[in-house]
Amino acid sequence: MMGNGFRITFWLFLSPVLLWLFLLIVIPHIDLLLLSFRGESDMGDPIWTLQNYKNFFIEPIYWYTFLRTALYAMITTFCTFILALPVSFYIVKLARPRTRGFLTVLLLLPFWVSELVRVYGWMILLRESGVFNYFMLKMGIIDQPIEMLYNDITMIMGLVYTSMLFMVVPLISVMESLDDSLIEAAHDLEASRFDILRTIIIPHCKPGITSGSIVVFMLALGNYLTPNLMGGKNSLWFTEQIYNQFIASFNWNQGAAFGFLLLVLSSVIIWVGLKVTRQNLGEVAS
Amino acid sequence: MTNDLSVRNIVRKFGDFTAVDDVSFDVPQGSFFSILGPSGCGKTTLLRMIAGFDEPTAGTLTIRDQDMRGVPPNKRPVNLVFQHLALFPMMNVVENIGFGLKRRGMSSAEISKRCVAILERVDLPGYGKKRIDQLSGGQKQRVAIARCLVMEPSVLLLDEPLGALDLKLREQMKVELKKLQANVGTTFIYITHDQSEALVMSDRIAVMNEGRFEQVGSPRELYNDPRTPFVARFVGDNNSWSGEVEESAEYTTICTSEGLHFRARSHRSYKSGTRVDLFLRPEALRIEPKDLTGLNTFKVSVKAILFDGANSRLLTVMPGGHELLVNLPQNRQFDHIEPGASITLGWHPDSGLCFKV
Repeated sequence: MMGNGFRITFWLFLSPVLLWLFLLIVIPHIDLLLLSFRGESDMGDPIWTLQNYKNFFIEPIYWYTFLRTALYAMITTFCTFILALPVSFYIVKLARPRTRGFLTVLLLLPFWVSELVRVYGWMILLRESGVFNYFMLKMGIIDQPIEMLYNDITMIMGLVYTSMLFMVVPLISVMESLDDSLIEAAHDLEASRFDILRTIIIPHCKPGITSGSIVVFMLALGNYLTPNLMGGKNSLWFTEQIYNQFIASFNWNQGAAFGFLLLVLSSVIIWVGLKVTRQNLGEVAS
Repeated sequence: MTNDLSVRNIVRKFGDFTAVDDVSFDVPQGSFFSILGPSGCGKTTLLRMIAGFDEPTAGTLTIRDQDMRGVPPNKRPVNLVFQHLALFPMMNVVENIGFGLKRRGMSSAEISKRCVAILERVDLPGYGKKRIDQLSGGQKQRVAIARCLVMEPSVLLLDEPLGALDLKLREQMKVELKKLQANVGTTFIYITHDQSEALVMSDRIAVMNEGRFEQVGSPRELYNDPRTPFVARFVGDNNSWSGEVEESAEYTTICTSEGLHFRARSHRSYKSGTRVDLFLRPEALRIEPKDLTGLNTFKVSVKAILFDGANSRLLTVMPGGHELLVNLPQNRQFDHIEPGASITLGWHPDSGLCFKV
């Protein structure tokens, strides 16, 4: 009786999740997958074809954009990690308990504003007639306004900025479980600060680093807004190619194929990353 | 004999609070020195200053004649065994032990040779590849000590490392630690709030209270001849009476608040009328003594028998309601004593000690 009741409750609570997964993830993806294998014959009739995938491998610009996006997403992830590590270490280990909550709220605060508004904020600061240029001109540091937008560095900075929180939060939660005496013990055993970081802090934080990195990497890879607005036409972000296929060229079949390639790419990179650091997804998720 | 550690007039203040107040002591080479005190007495602060995690507000600290002011923990010739051991969970036993040597840039062949040797020494041969969570409490303890000893420190600091162990293991580790120290000959500075740990293991003990050293001496001195009322209360069990001095001669005669007259020792002579506390060990009280000459005697009634093997005691009450602990020797001589019985107790004036309140 008990078992039965439990089972009914279990399915009752699980069903919204399953429905959500099925309706919003599985069905559209099946449809996209089918679309990506559809094309037109020379006569204009719809046929099954691999042409959409072939296009990707034949046309260098697709290739190039694809690799570039992957590489930059990795760079973004790495930069975010480098910035987030000291920030979370400070919040967890150095700040006083009262300041701690305040600092965490400060980190969260920008995320109450939509990404679009935040990116426009950056643009106001960085553009040729923007705030930075205005003050630098006033102070005589430069005599010609500099265009600080629409280059790769600005774009990566924007991506790091939008992803920061998703790295800091998991890092804070793993760092909280790091016993201070481990750091002191290492220090006592003649370890330098760098040794402590490398041998104690990073190994301890590994699950948090991995989950943070996966989230940041996925967000960066799939981001459309920031690369487009801050990187401009030069950004050559792969999501832009997908958008162009769907909206500009109205070639849904090609767009669907690109979408699937992106999915495969991110999965492969994360899989390789986990293999290299000898972890598995189950451990990281728990 | 040279001193491994010399501390002179060391002070540590946190704002208005003085955690360590003008403490001076020397620890001779190769000795087992304990700092015993209740929690919050400043002993951990003192230890952290020796290890280098904290800097004194004033005073000097020298290790093997080298001034340690401004020297960070990783440059000091001391190692600390942490209260909760702080073994690195991400490393196995040899990686833990070899951690410090690796930081020194020693070759890995030499490291593994030394790790094997030190594991032998702490009686854990072949445990090198085990993970930390596979070890028992006592084994972790020994790994933590091995990890420090392998660094060949001038002084090994231990911050209540037995606190987390269960009683049986703690008793066992006390003896093992003492043996280990005698074997390796490293100077140990051991911090504890457990007087039995300190008494069993140490060559010398400093009793610390409210940031100051009350008394420094051998375990026997502290037990038999406490110099302050705090030491008398803190080290070992003691019965106490409060009273007034009547006469100060070879022995001090006091009249307790219950109106009993006792003769006892005191470190100095007090004027009559001085308020004093009298301390007496439970084992100094003799039950129904045959020869009463020269003894202080009085009658009590037995309230309860606290049987604990060789450590058995009687809980007795004096007519005024004052409770006393009396050692109950387990030689079957007193098996007839039952709760409610009235007995005579006697004690020699040499065993009681008076302090001015």
